[in-house]
Amino acid sequence: MHLKYESTLREPLVDGVKDYHKVTEDIIGPIEAKPGKLWYVGFFISLSLLAFGVFSVTWEVYYGTGVWNLNKTIGWGWDITNFVWWVGIGHAGTLISAILLLFRQGWRTGVNRAAEAMTIFAVMCAGQFPIFHMGRVWMAFFVLPYPNTRGPLWVNFNSPLLWDVFAISTYFTVSLLFWYSGLIPDFATVRDRAKTKLRKLLYGIASFGWTGSTKHWQRHEALSLVLAGLSTPLVLSVHTIVSFDFATSVIPGWHTTIFPPYFVAGAIFSGFAMVQTLLIITRKILHLEDYITIGHMEAMNKVIVLTGSIVGCAYLTELFMAWYGGVQYEFDTFYKYRAAGPLGWSYWIMMTCNVITPQVFWFRKMRRNVMVTFIMSIIVNIGMWFERFVIICTSLYRDYLPSSWSYYRPSWPEVGFYMGTFGLFFTCYFLFAKYFPVIAVAEIKHVLKTSGESFKDKMQKYETEDADKFAHDVAHAH
Amino acid sequence: MAAKNFVVGVFDDEAVLFPAVKKVRAAGYKIHDVYTPFPVHGLDHAMGLRETSLHTAGFIYGITGTTTALSFMSWVFTSDWPMNIGGKPHFPLPAFIPITFELTVLFSAVGMVLTFCYLCQIAPFVKKHIFHPRQTDDKFVMAIEVTAKSSAEDVKNFLASVGAQEINEQRAETGWWLGRFDREDRLFSEQPAPLNA
Repeated sequence: MHLKYESTLREPLVDGVKDYHKVTEDIIGPIEAKPGKLWYVGFFISLSLLAFGVFSVTWEVYYGTGVWNLNKTIGWGWDITNFVWWVGIGHAGTLISAILLLFRQGWRTGVNRAAEAMTIFAVMCAGQFPIFHMGRVWMAFFVLPYPNTRGPLWVNFNSPLLWDVFAISTYFTVSLLFWYSGLIPDFATVRDRAKTKLRKLLYGIASFGWTGSTKHWQRHEALSLVLAGLSTPLVLSVHTIVSFDFATSVIPGWHTTIFPPYFVAGAIFSGFAMVQTLLIITRKILHLEDYITIGHMEAMNKVIVLTGSIVGCAYLTELFMAWYGGVQYEFDTFYKYRAAGPLGWSYWIMMTCNVITPQVFWFRKMRRNVMVTFIMSIIVNIGMWFERFVIICTSLYRDYLPSSWSYYRPSWPEVGFYMGTFGLFFTCYFLFAKYFPVIAVAEIKHVLKTSGESFKDKMQKYETEDADKFAHDVAHAH
Repeated sequence: MAAKNFVVGVFDDEAVLFPAVKKVRAAGYKIHDVYTPFPVHGLDHAMGLRETSLHTAGFIYGITGTTTALSFMSWVFTSDWPMNIGGKPHFPLPAFIPITFELTVLFSAVGMVLTFCYLCQIAPFVKKHIFHPRQTDDKFVMAIEVTAKSSAEDVKNFLASVGAQEINEQRAETGWWLGRFDREDRLFSEQPAPLNA
């Protein structure tokens, strides 16, 4: 029997009185309407940021990486900081869609589509940084192991930087496939409702001729489940491999085995924060408060406080090991050049934003407050940016030789590049919010009759019923 | 594929659809397919469809990825161009694990999605007959093939008795063709033969 009983104590996932058609209307409706003024304003701001980014990158490619303020001591600066930051943000989407699917967390249905889209856009942004950091970007394809005329001289499969190439590109591909396979049935819904010829044509192409056949749904479910199973270790592996870029080196502050779990927790932390930032705005503008409820936000805030505390533990463990390990260089890096020294301020911004402020989410009132959540989501992402900056720059700027000690502040093309990725990210997100179903329509319909508010009231009569009798009735319903 | 005659029953609620599917099958009518706006759990079993083997395909693609990655990297580092990288061994198995894992996932995911598209016969520009415009919205649409042994009238009456809200007859192509959803296509098989043929 398809009707599953869910306790009325559980918060509904869909508020309000809904039926299947109303769900379609609510979510597909905004695609068919003209976007508001705010959309245009936001979209053009994003486009201009993107244009400035393209200009900054062109400048860098034309004059060489020398236009960035990197020097002999600090070879990685804003570029790699931004890379790790964006990749980290790109972890929440697949976490929500894959790990929460395996854990049977019903609340993922409301947020997974937008979170996955965010993942894909964030990974696109992340990828730009290592590519343009190469300098001679037209030779970027040298990182691929293809038969070449130089021997063939292969790439170094021992190098974590090469593992990164494989990890990020695999992650991008798999996330994209996962996302798009979920979109196909929803595109078909848009197509079959379409009133204009152009919309019918375009969504007809995008929906691959989907009909909703039972056999196809059966395969679709199998596909989603296996892709979720594959993506779960993939999510964990990607940031593990990113952390190997640092952990396998011998730089004090980087050479540590705590990095993989610490990076993964940090990635989920910042990813969820970005999901919150985007969804709080999206639900407001598109009037989707019934689908992305306060309950959804609370669930994500719980993840934020958990992962934030894991990150906090990692910071303290690092400090402890730097002292307990008895290595002079390690001790100096942490106590003289991170917590103090010319870049010490960045360490304390990181500590405040990532460890101290998220503790407000221990309080239910705060977790369920939209404004607090929104502000916190931005604070967390500032904190997580500084975490990467601290790891990279404060480990590098005090070299082994005091004569090579240096300081680092970015030049305008570095800042412009970073702003450009914001432009790319938000341009993509604005287009997504306008032309794509921002909530997985089919998945919401699937949980509607068990977790919808108006249907939960009908469950009231089962609350008093004997459990054995209920199970018996359900088993023999037809 | 050829065009066939169908009787189409439209249901409002999956709770009505389930018993209807059972009764239609018990009465011996041939269900061509049931189209639903979302995956209805248990409907595949009610219709007597077998489990999909897509998982198995995914596993096979996965181990293909594993072997490809391991054998290629081993061949490069031990046989094609053994290079001394910091005095490390030529066959550093632990260092091969990340890329091996990534390729396993990549092969499996890409292979499965392509297989899924192949099995369901879906692709961009593919067009199929849509029995009801709201079968991707809120209606559950059952298409029953009218065979030589059954009459359309009987099927219609039967569908009405099991709770279909809307019943009609359609002649439809069962397969797919290349087409656009913004245009009505006339099926090739339905087109009149040219006069000078």
